Amino acid sequence: MAEPGSRPNVALFVTCLADLFRPTVGLAAVKLLEKAGCEVSVPRGQTCCGQPAYNSGDRTNAAEIARRTIPALLPYDYVVAPSGSCAGMIRKHWPALLEGDPQMSKLAISVAEKTWELTSFLTDVCGMQSVDAEYDGVAAYHDSCSGLRELGVREQPRKLLGTVKGLTVKDLAHPEECCGFGGTFAVKYPDISGRMVSDKADDIEATGADLLLAGDLGCLMNMAGKLKRSGSAIKVRHVAEVLAGDTGTPPIGEGEP
Amino acid sequence: MSVHEPTSHNFPENARKALGNKTLQRGLASAKVGFRIRRSEAAARLPEFETLRDESRDIKNHTLAHIDLYLEEFEKRVVERGGHVHWAADAAEARETVLTICRAAGAKTVTKGKSMISEEMGLNAFLEENGIEPVETDLGEYIIQLRGETPSHIIAPAFHVLKEEVIETFREKHTHLNPDRVIEEARELQDEARQVLRERFLGADVGITGANFLIAETGSTVIVTNEGNGDLTQTLPRVHIVLASLEKIVPTLEDASTILRLLARSATGQEYSSYTTFSTGPRRGEDLDGPHEFHVVLLDNGRTDLIGTEMQDVLRCIRCGACMNHCPVYGAIGGHAYGWVYPGPIGAVLSPSLIGVEEAHHLPAASTFCGRCEAVCPMRIPLPKLMRHLREREFERGIPPATVRWGLAAWAWLARRPTIYHLAMRLPIRLMALLGGRKGRFRSLPLAGGWTSQRDLPAPQGPTFQAMWNARGGRREASK
Repeated sequence: MAEPGSRPNVALFVTCLADLFRPTVGLAAVKLLEKAGCEVSVPRGQTCCGQPAYNSGDRTNAAEIARRTIPALLPYDYVVAPSGSCAGMIRKHWPALLEGDPQMSKLAISVAEKTWELTSFLTDVCGMQSVDAEYDGVAAYHDSCSGLRELGVREQPRKLLGTVKGLTVKDLAHPEECCGFGGTFAVKYPDISGRMVSDKADDIEATGADLLLAGDLGCLMNMAGKLKRSGSAIKVRHVAEVLAGDTGTPPIGEGEP
Repeated sequence: MSVHEPTSHNFPENARKALGNKTLQRGLASAKVGFRIRRSEAAARLPEFETLRDESRDIKNHTLAHIDLYLEEFEKRVVERGGHVHWAADAAEARETVLTICRAAGAKTVTKGKSMISEEMGLNAFLEENGIEPVETDLGEYIIQLRGETPSHIIAPAFHVLKEEVIETFREKHTHLNPDRVIEEARELQDEARQVLRERFLGADVGITGANFLIAETGSTVIVTNEGNGDLTQTLPRVHIVLASLEKIVPTLEDASTILRLLARSATGQEYSSYTTFSTGPRRGEDLDGPHEFHVVLLDNGRTDLIGTEMQDVLRCIRCGACMNHCPVYGAIGGHAYGWVYPGPIGAVLSPSLIGVEEAHHLPAASTFCGRCEAVCPMRIPLPKLMRHLREREFERGIPPATVRWGLAAWAWLARRPTIYHLAMRLPIRLMALLGGRKGRFRSLPLAGGWTSQRDLPAPQGPTFQAMWNARGGRREASK
């Protein structure tokens, strides 16, 4: 861990979805972490946390991905991901995946113990009280299931969003209900997933918000895709973008105006 | 047995039909919310609720580790009190046992309390085939029996039936009653069912109930009900048969009391159900009522095979239904789509174990792993973990289609090689961003039909983060 007074070394685990679909979320995360006094690096040896394999029953490949990524993350004081789902995978599931290999399992536990979801890291570890950002609007906040139930992320993003000038944050009527993403579930059982995200979209619309925020790109792409399909004007963004004041890019699922 | 042939292999089609069933959807939307609110309020009112969950988990874990011992103890106590214990390895053996007891009693009619084990055994159809009329006495079970349906929820079997449909069914089936009678309110429906069933209770030769617990130290069986129908079922006829699966056993009365504090709270949000009935042996000489014969049929049906495996935790289940009440998938499609006796998350882990991974492989796959079932399970069963384990078993057996397996293998090959991965992703992502164009999303895209059938696919922004980070010369290594 970092020496008192020194800047902690933080590895940004970008997540495959932010890397491929929305790199501005990664940049926003870097900006926030640097503002919180961290020295941020992006280790090359990362691709994905392995959930697509793990949740499809392909334990061998999931374990192999974890095994190959662990050395890249070990040298840091902390590993931070702009996603409750990926942080939860590293924190809760990598040690379980590698428990048959005593040496790797030790390393997996060591990485797990220093891995955090972005907003909870900013508030709970860095002690960040407020952000220097403005957004004129009303946001509905969606709690992603993994962040909420695996990592206890609930108040942290709300606390920081509460300090964004001009922004009002509203809760959904059913905040604990899954949006229907579930990784490959969304394409394997499209009808069921479609009903779930449709109910979620109704809940979002009912808040009267003009902006939807969440901390996980999987959920966000699902909800944005549904809102846009049904012609909703609600803009969708990752919470990091608003906290970092990076709202110049088009929202998720929208092009340049 | 036709009613109980599993249709779990047909889950996607079952689900599609359920999603299109407007009556079912109306019922699901209102009922699930009520269950959730009542459970959460009941849990909040009991300061030691979380501690009780730990204690109850530990009680069951201990019991499962010594299940042979406790079952033998239970049998000994039942026999001491003049009852009989029948061990059944599978559903067929259990059905035969019940039939033999019924025949010996010269039974024409049997009344039945709610029992999921009876559903698992396919008992009603079997009794009918053998000239014995089963009469369900739990209101929900009675309604679906009249309608020729199976339960869609383990504690609310007629969860899927609307009040208007019950009125219709009663008018159609209760032809001996005045056709001009008024039945509009739930109360009036209950009264009518009570009136019709009262005659059946008095005329029954055998009463069959399930069991929520078997208590080793006393040889007692326990049922919880809200209608009192279980008591009439087991005390009025000459013969009482208890159907129970092996894992219902707990060592002591004290243990049953601990878990009972969780059961109704998790199920309906009640502190206790209206009736908690303990049965210990047949009527004794000085007793004023009670059956003359007391039989317990202990069904295994694959459960002992789970002990000592990764799936053992599922045997802690007390059938409260909290997992399905909180499941977003169950909430979308209801219970029948699961295609066998046990729906929802508990069905997703139990059914593949009891009827085979080949038949039930969709059930553990059809979950987003949102984790709400585990969060509310009073016995702390790690349901998502068990579903994932079953997915691993399916994967090992090669059940997922070749396209999925190859796609996954190709992706995993790349994901294990960061340098190649980062280069390989750049071009396709750029291309996708270009195709997404001004709109920033796709209405349809080759190979993404599952996604775009329901929602648009947001397009990538263009450069990958890794490429952007390279371009700006960002830090790649921890500073010393």
